[in-house]
Amino acid sequence: MKHAKTATQNACKLCNPLGACLAFRGIENCVPFLHGSQGCATYIRRYLISHYKEPIDIASSNFNEDTAVFGGSRNLKLGLQNVTQQYRPEVIGLATTCLSETIGDDVKGILREYKKEFMNGSPMPVMIHASTPSYQGSHIDGFHGAVRAAVETLAEQGTPQQLVNLFPNMVSPADLRHLREIFDDFSLPCMMLPDYSKTLDGGPWAEYHRIPPGGTPASAISLSGSAIGSIEFTSTLADAKSPAVWLEEKFGVTRYQLPMPIGIRETDRFFSLLETISQKPQPEKYDDERRRLVDAYADGHKYIFDKKVIVYGEEDLVISMTAFLREIGMVPVLVASGGKSGQLKKKLLELVPDLEEAGIKVRDGVDFVDIEDEAKLLTPDFLIGNSKGYTMSRKNSIPLLRIGFPIHDRFGGQRLHHLGYRGTLELFDRIVNMVLQQRQDDSEIGYTYL
Amino acid sequence: MESKTQFPDPSQVREELIEKYPAKVAKKRNKSIIINDPETVPEVQANVRTVPGIITQRGCSYAGCKGVVLGPTRDVVNITHGPIGCGFYSWLTRRNQTKPETPEDANFITYCFSTDMQEENIVFGGEKKLKVAIQEAYDLFHPKAIAIFSTCPVGLIGDDVHAASREMKEKFGDCNVFGFSCEGYRGVSQSAGHHIANNGIFKHMVGRNNEKKEGKFKLNLLGEYNIGGDAFEIERIFNKCGITINSSFSGNSTVGQLENAHMADLNAIMCHRSINYMGEMMEAKYGIPWMKINFIGAESSAKSLRRIAEYFGDAELKAKVEEVIKEEMPKVKAVIDEILPRTSGKTAMLFVGGSRAHHYQDLFSELGMKTVAAGYEFAHRDDYEGREVLPGIKVDADSKNIEELKVEADPELYKPRKSEAELEELKAKGLEINSYEGMMKQMMKKSLVVDDISHYESEKLIEIYKPDIFCAGIKEKYVVQKMGVPLKQLHSYDYGGPYTGFEGAINFYRDIDRMVNNPVWKLIKAPWQKTADSEKESLSASYVTQ
Repeated sequence: MKHAKTATQNACKLCNPLGACLAFRGIENCVPFLHGSQGCATYIRRYLISHYKEPIDIASSNFNEDTAVFGGSRNLKLGLQNVTQQYRPEVIGLATTCLSETIGDDVKGILREYKKEFMNGSPMPVMIHASTPSYQGSHIDGFHGAVRAAVETLAEQGTPQQLVNLFPNMVSPADLRHLREIFDDFSLPCMMLPDYSKTLDGGPWAEYHRIPPGGTPASAISLSGSAIGSIEFTSTLADAKSPAVWLEEKFGVTRYQLPMPIGIRETDRFFSLLETISQKPQPEKYDDERRRLVDAYADGHKYIFDKKVIVYGEEDLVISMTAFLREIGMVPVLVASGGKSGQLKKKLLELVPDLEEAGIKVRDGVDFVDIEDEAKLLTPDFLIGNSKGYTMSRKNSIPLLRIGFPIHDRFGGQRLHHLGYRGTLELFDRIVNMVLQQRQDDSEIGYTYL
Repeated sequence: MESKTQFPDPSQVREELIEKYPAKVAKKRNKSIIINDPETVPEVQANVRTVPGIITQRGCSYAGCKGVVLGPTRDVVNITHGPIGCGFYSWLTRRNQTKPETPEDANFITYCFSTDMQEENIVFGGEKKLKVAIQEAYDLFHPKAIAIFSTCPVGLIGDDVHAASREMKEKFGDCNVFGFSCEGYRGVSQSAGHHIANNGIFKHMVGRNNEKKEGKFKLNLLGEYNIGGDAFEIERIFNKCGITINSSFSGNSTVGQLENAHMADLNAIMCHRSINYMGEMMEAKYGIPWMKINFIGAESSAKSLRRIAEYFGDAELKAKVEEVIKEEMPKVKAVIDEILPRTSGKTAMLFVGGSRAHHYQDLFSELGMKTVAAGYEFAHRDDYEGREVLPGIKVDADSKNIEELKVEADPELYKPRKSEAELEELKAKGLEINSYEGMMKQMMKKSLVVDDISHYESEKLIEIYKPDIFCAGIKEKYVVQKMGVPLKQLHSYDYGGPYTGFEGAINFYRDIDRMVNNPVWKLIKAPWQKTADSEKESLSASYVTQ
């Protein structure tokens, strides 16, 4: 085995502010704003837009040489004024970059001054500020950080009401729509944050929009303090970063933390919780979805049983994916993440207790060169993860099943399902078809009856 | 489709664009929104800071240096010194192609190295980590060159990437290591990064290898980054003509080529904005003239080939060039004859780059399409008005921060390729020697020129002109298409290309035909197609400037 590297080669993570911008896109009438150089906004826009294929405006305080030396206060105030006048947003989602964090700009202080200097008590957009230096953590930290900042800024104490907060984690717009549908079918009012199901997967515009329609309204986030509970899909999120924990501590909103519901067991857990909270039985529609999924497992097991796979991506995603892969009899020979919460193995063991016996290797804080080194030894049948594994897939002739984010080399990444019985079935079909295609391609004759 | 022979009055359009701005901003934008007159080109305010909070399409200095100029190099190991984002976002996102001569030859283009700075590096400095990263890259690949790119925090925490590079270069002995101070906050756009990259390549690479290579007509191809395989098509045509590409800056380039660039006899410049510094510096140090060429468009390609042949002044080459043009043109004509009836009379707008908004007008004109408005994202006045305005450009604080190398004639290697008299003669024949006439002289009278167009202004222009196609990049693509107007990406080519030369022109004609005549647009109702009595959210904008 090679000695540990210092440089990161072909990173398996993105930067902190990207996650924050994505989460802010899931708040209604909100403009994400990066306090730093304009290049960050441009790069992050380009990266998000290429995946979602939707317009994403991100404002910036456009630092230049003297701003970097003398501080960004003036630029930030000017930028906020311009965004306010130009977009008339209800919310400005302000995230910092490594530049403003390095020079130590006191954003909270600047915001206080801004309110005094410019607003004169007149109504102004809600400012949600998330500290997201890219030299800490990765994109997933920015994502959760922005969600928590939104809740901390907006949530209010209120009479408990029939409302559930849902913190769905970084999933696809299709997943978000599916989650919304599930809550609707349980007739359970839900404050889902973020909700970019429309802003990042919407239709043509019959009229001009300064900000794409959709997202969770600020007024709904305010109610999160009076919800009867918060459901949070995560396995590794630290309490200090969790919006659900904050709501519990601050307003006594019960927190239910679940792994992302992928696979039958984890989805069962989610639906059973919904039954408990709503005091209603699971709608028949989902019984059917579950039955179809079990049936598919039975029909497809002969193709995929014992197949070896490497799964990589955000820690919460790979944990739930691993649980699902074990459920269908596959062997995730390596579970890898560029993230480094320190919880990956521990939390994985909770869902997959036979980790060691099954020979599943777990590595956090890795890059694609590490994963490729492992792949050469572990010889998996295929890889599951985002587009960035393609180079490794191509070089080593290991097929890649694309899930999660970013997907830049296939169409429709924003419409892939991962969650619930429905999402699991879609994943299962895709996995089986990948095996079938491989078998067909490898066949000398080319059978069409497989 | 209705034909659009009636264009709105440009002065009214300008009024409409700026009427909702506060006086101060209106005054500022008024200088960047210009009604063209090709006879007496008016002044365009360009290369000035973007107002904070206005959503710009511009990138940063790092993007210009690492992403644009050095990104296409295949045998330089490019290390981003900084937190992970910058390296990740510039990881082969520009669709630069490269073709190593053998499968064993070095090709790091799919590799993304980063020091992935963590908090402790910000607090205690990152130089140590950088040196270890350089060592790792060296141990892993033994490359000919390693380049270091600084991101925002690097300059602020005082890391000296140049000293670290020098130290490692001396240590290795057989690997050229050099750094770029291209922190994102330098300059007003990626343009600053181009300049920094030019300086670095000139200082650290050009002139290291004096080997005289074979080839009767040797030129360097400058400012061609081989997006979608553009440089391959130019190379194919050059090969047919017997013209040798000595070195390419920097699509499909190698370290060996760049180090030997000063042995060519002509610098042929595609993208003037990003590489003109290199042309100027090589002229001063080695006596190699540079000439503006354009291989976007079949007619423009033919013209550029003839100019190159004229430059070398060789009868055989001239004859060969004519033969090649004669051979290539019929294929092009066959396609244009088929497509022209479907594209003729349509309109285009181009807001992109530092040269593309100019070059692609030629292709549209070959399609019988009119460019009603155009502008650059990060160009300077000379790219609009021509280099003759250079002496009059006021150097502002942002430009002053970018180093201007003092270049003198090399005592041994300076050899003027042409005498003053010969150069004058060539210029008289219409060759753009050490000169570029800019975009505006080629544009229609009363067309609109807008520099660093804002999001609001581009939406407004679409509403007013209702163009058949809008050319920009991925950031604008989906908002424009939501209004029912197809957007052609001219940064990354929408997964297509090449668009250079004769084959490229054919590709472009077909792509544009598919886009403007696509049935899907009939399914999307543009906001201006709504019934007259319906309420329309009026586009309003108001900004504050510094």
